[in-house]
Amino acid sequence: MTRILKHRLFWPLIALAVLLAINAITQPRFMKITVRDGELYGALIDILRNSAPLMLVALGMTIVIATRGIDLSVGAIMAVSGAVGLTIIDSSGSPENLGTVAVAVVVAVLVALVLGVWNGFLVSVLKIQPIIATLVLMLAGRGVALLITGGFITTVNSGPFEFIASGYILGLPFAFLLAMAAVAAVGIFERRTALGVLTEAVGINPEASRLAGVRSRSIIWSAYVLSGTLAGVAGIIYASNIKAADANAAGLFIELNAILAVVLGGTSLMGGKFSIAGTVIGVFIIQTLESTILFLGVPSAQSPVFFAAVVVIVVLVQSPRVHRAGRHFTQAIRNRGSSPVPADSEVAA
Amino acid sequence: MTTMEIAPPERAAKNPGLQTFLGRHASLMPTFAALAILILLFVGAQIYFGNFISARNISALLLDNAYLLILAVGMTFVIVTGGIDLSVGSVMAFTGILLAKMLGTGIPAVVAVPTILVGGAVIGLLIGVLVQYFNVQPFIASLAGLFLARGLAYVVSLSSIKVEDTSLLWLQSTRLKVGDWYITPTGIIALLVVVVGALVMQFTRFGRTIYAIGGSESSAHLMGLNVARTKVMVYVISGVCAGLAGLVLTAYTGAGYPRNGIGTELDAIAAVVIGGTLLTGGRGYVLGSMIGVFVYGSITTVISFMGAEQSWTRIIVGSLLLLFIVVQRAIVARSERRR
Amino acid sequence: MPGQGFTGHNGRMDQAPPLLELAGATVRFGADAALDNVDFRMLPGEVHSLIGENGAGKSTLIKAITGALPLDAGVLTLEGEVRHFASPHDAQLAGISTVYQEIELLPNLSVAENIYLGREPRRFGGVDARAMRRDARAVLSELGLDIDPASILGTHALAVQQLVAIARAISTEVKVLVLDEPTSSLDLDEVAELFRVIRELKQRGVAILFVSHFLDQVYEICDRLTVLRDGKLVGEFRTDELLRIDLVHKMLGHEAAEIRGRQREPAAQADVQALVSARGVTVGTGIVDADVDLVEGEVLGVAGLLGSGRTELARAIGGIDQLQAGVIRIEQKDRHLGSPAQAMSIGIVYSSENRRTEGIVSELSVQENITLALQAQKGFFRRIKPARQRELAASWVEALGIRPPDLDRRAGTLSGGNQQKLMLARLLALAPRLLVLDEPTRGIDVGAKADIQNLVGELADNGLSVMFISAELEEVLRVGDRVAILRDGRVVETRSSADVTVDSVLALVARPDESESEGEA
Repeated sequence: MTRILKHRLFWPLIALAVLLAINAITQPRFMKITVRDGELYGALIDILRNSAPLMLVALGMTIVIATRGIDLSVGAIMAVSGAVGLTIIDSSGSPENLGTVAVAVVVAVLVALVLGVWNGFLVSVLKIQPIIATLVLMLAGRGVALLITGGFITTVNSGPFEFIASGYILGLPFAFLLAMAAVAAVGIFERRTALGVLTEAVGINPEASRLAGVRSRSIIWSAYVLSGTLAGVAGIIYASNIKAADANAAGLFIELNAILAVVLGGTSLMGGKFSIAGTVIGVFIIQTLESTILFLGVPSAQSPVFFAAVVVIVVLVQSPRVHRAGRHFTQAIRNRGSSPVPADSEVAA
Repeated sequence: MTTMEIAPPERAAKNPGLQTFLGRHASLMPTFAALAILILLFVGAQIYFGNFISARNISALLLDNAYLLILAVGMTFVIVTGGIDLSVGSVMAFTGILLAKMLGTGIPAVVAVPTILVGGAVIGLLIGVLVQYFNVQPFIASLAGLFLARGLAYVVSLSSIKVEDTSLLWLQSTRLKVGDWYITPTGIIALLVVVVGALVMQFTRFGRTIYAIGGSESSAHLMGLNVARTKVMVYVISGVCAGLAGLVLTAYTGAGYPRNGIGTELDAIAAVVIGGTLLTGGRGYVLGSMIGVFVYGSITTVISFMGAEQSWTRIIVGSLLLLFIVVQRAIVARSERRR
Repeated sequence: MPGQGFTGHNGRMDQAPPLLELAGATVRFGADAALDNVDFRMLPGEVHSLIGENGAGKSTLIKAITGALPLDAGVLTLEGEVRHFASPHDAQLAGISTVYQEIELLPNLSVAENIYLGREPRRFGGVDARAMRRDARAVLSELGLDIDPASILGTHALAVQQLVAIARAISTEVKVLVLDEPTSSLDLDEVAELFRVIRELKQRGVAILFVSHFLDQVYEICDRLTVLRDGKLVGEFRTDELLRIDLVHKMLGHEAAEIRGRQREPAAQADVQALVSARGVTVGTGIVDADVDLVEGEVLGVAGLLGSGRTELARAIGGIDQLQAGVIRIEQKDRHLGSPAQAMSIGIVYSSENRRTEGIVSELSVQENITLALQAQKGFFRRIKPARQRELAASWVEALGIRPPDLDRRAGTLSGGNQQKLMLARLLALAPRLLVLDEPTRGIDVGAKADIQNLVGELADNGLSVMFISAELEEVLRVGDRVAILRDGRVVETRSSADVTVDSVLALVARPDESESEGEA
């Protein structure tokens, strides 16, 4: 029993289950899934589909955080990728052409990859603090995206492009399947190769890892490349969803939500051991929370207040001070009536 | 009693004044660099446009960026302790729209203004407590503040609220002229904040404790300085500054708008870093942050003069920020190696 | 006679009432006693030294005196009154000031501020900068420092910063001044200056605790000393009554007879070509112009006191630190060891003395720790198959007797001895040719110690070359076939273990010279 309780994914799963339960009870239609033309619809399906961009970004963020870093530029990279993709389609003259769309998507994601290389260079070679290094792109990136779109919100009408966000394959939303494919790919890659455990080693104890012969520079660099690339794909999905490139709104606050998802999933911000499954659950928690808030009639613009509460709760739960207080409390209850509460046995060093 | 020669004798004799100056104010170098850039910008723009350096333009420079100036002062306090405050843009928006709403429902400015300042202080207090007493990283704690303030802004109102209250509009519409130079009460507020901030940082124990914490929190603690209270206070100060910025911005635009300030915290951070404050803490000057704000403002002005897209501002500021950081890193690395 | 106890070395100082006293002091960390029923006293106007190797309890004692740690048992008395300090600041207010080894000042603030921060002269509610600079100048001149009080502390040399730290201490009503390794970064002139300051403070009746591993300096400046070993008090002595060699004996002690030794065959003779030849190795001032030869099938012990250059030499040979001068020849070819990974690819592996910070990756499992270096060598993409990893880890766990034999247990939960074995397993999994072991048996239990010592012997028998560094001379001589003796950053001698005794090595390590046992003149 304690093994289950102590499992890293236990509390996140409980939280998700509770959220889903609240929704199911208060809004019976929530759990309903209808089938139309072989495609599934319903509130749950919406959550799956809408979670795709965040899922991709949080996936990359998980690896970056595992190396004791952070990537604040993912929102800006999304904006750039959307801008590049849409501009190519728009200026091609043949927006319905599958080939055009394919080229646009590939180029957009490549640009995002290059931006990831840039971030990785700043952090792993120039040894700039990750917050600062990625802050630069966070600032400048949206400007670049605005330049590419000429300051306007470029719109397109392109069937193949729209398919990315709205299409279905095998009854499930394509965007969701894309995100899950990425999760599976990264997960398998990290765990089937040595990359996962070496990344964890670098994050837990960089110096011991160095002495053990681990090449940390490549590990750290590739984490940012991955994060950038995934953000690029997320940007395409977002752009496809609104059928436009909105450099200002694309990926706004997504870095914050991604970090929250990673933390909710049990990966520590201090780096080291990471859990992709945990992040997946974290993303679903956030998406469900957003749906719940919307259902409660709260305008989505006001939802950040709830997220603030979530951040505070998560952080307090993970805080050592709260743990200590909790331990004292349970000890006090156990010792009720007998000996006085034993002093804290930890000696300050 | 023998004395110890610190500087090699020949160098000391050649240039005692410079040596002493450098010894006392080594950390001013980045700020001087910022000043140099500002001067370069002005001179360059003057040459290019011919009428850049005019009383009107410079006066406008101050007033257009008064809100950012106030934010930057608060941000300086936080960053010098080694922390960061990502909530200021959202707090500014929240306090701004709250003010507009309160004035709109007839609450007098005399009550409304202090209320929003308290509001900013409370959010700052929340962040400070999370950072100091729950060991939350400033990044995450101020993120919670950002979420909270942004959401609250929309709770106050989903759309913009125009301000009709004359006592507020007076702050912006009144112009005190000296020849072609002019300034409004909002500009005066901003300058006052800068002056008070600079004085507090340089001449009060509280200010010196801030530098001490940034230099080495453990040493500051060993010296018996009140680290805990100071660390919480800097976030409160940042929150109050954000509240003031909300006031100033609302007066400037004549309305409260919940979408204000998205990304403004980054502009403030950029201005502070460009002005010579180290993001790692322990070094920086309020006056330097002011220069950083003017650099930011000048870039914006130059770009609008050129008729180019405003998005270039963020790109250039971002690049400048990067340049400063790389140089800061190189200097730090070199001095570490020397040790 | 009463009243004569305060100045100079000729008075009967031992008769004056102690200024600071610890009686029966005990500090525990978990089940271990870092300090076990220790008595300690400092007399006014004396310079007292605290002596002991790493792990002896010195830093714990200092923390107990300066208020950084509470006592689990025992009493602290200052000027006859029993005191309980809640924090270092508390102790400072009572008159006990510390100058830490890592100068705990603020390099980004001015000299004057560093001296007065927290107690600045005030004016109009703010800091009176001018008065502060004036007062600072006065204090600094007492120490013979002629520097600009308004200058930033960080712009000055470490020696100056140290004196500023002392200035801060003496600008208060200081009764006891603790100097923790004050001379590690000073050159000879700076040390002389520091000693002049110390002597002046003595005149004022300040008691000074001079903690240093440089025995010459201890003998030069200190009146009395206290020796600790394994958390217990060995004794309290006057420096003019204790021979240096006896001191070193007391520090290092004799190994308990229970540790099983393993009698090794004397090494095969020296026509064998060295596997690794290092000549003129220099890294900073830590190790200078050192020559060592490491031969296959042989254990080279490295003996020397703290600060003699043991670790620096090990790190240089292990490829951890870059050489500033000298060459390392591997199988007669000059090689540049640019990184640990590079050294490992040639077959040279290094085990750090800092198990926690440079050895174990605490959150990873036993299995993952063991396979880490091997995996790093294979690269990112070729993962060692899980079954193979398991097999490898299990075999090493069994071979080295790692307890508990749970492969998935977090490495951070293992005891020191088992962690050391874990590190060894990781390195041995690479099938190395030279094993550099820095303090592998420090701070671990007797059984594990014996295991590791035996293992080293077996490895050498199987053809490995081992460089074995330890502070315990008996161990070095027992395990090593030859021993390199280091002192003050240089290799003094290299001899075969059979040709030396513990005492003769002690003599070399402690540098007895003709004038040494006289104390100060």
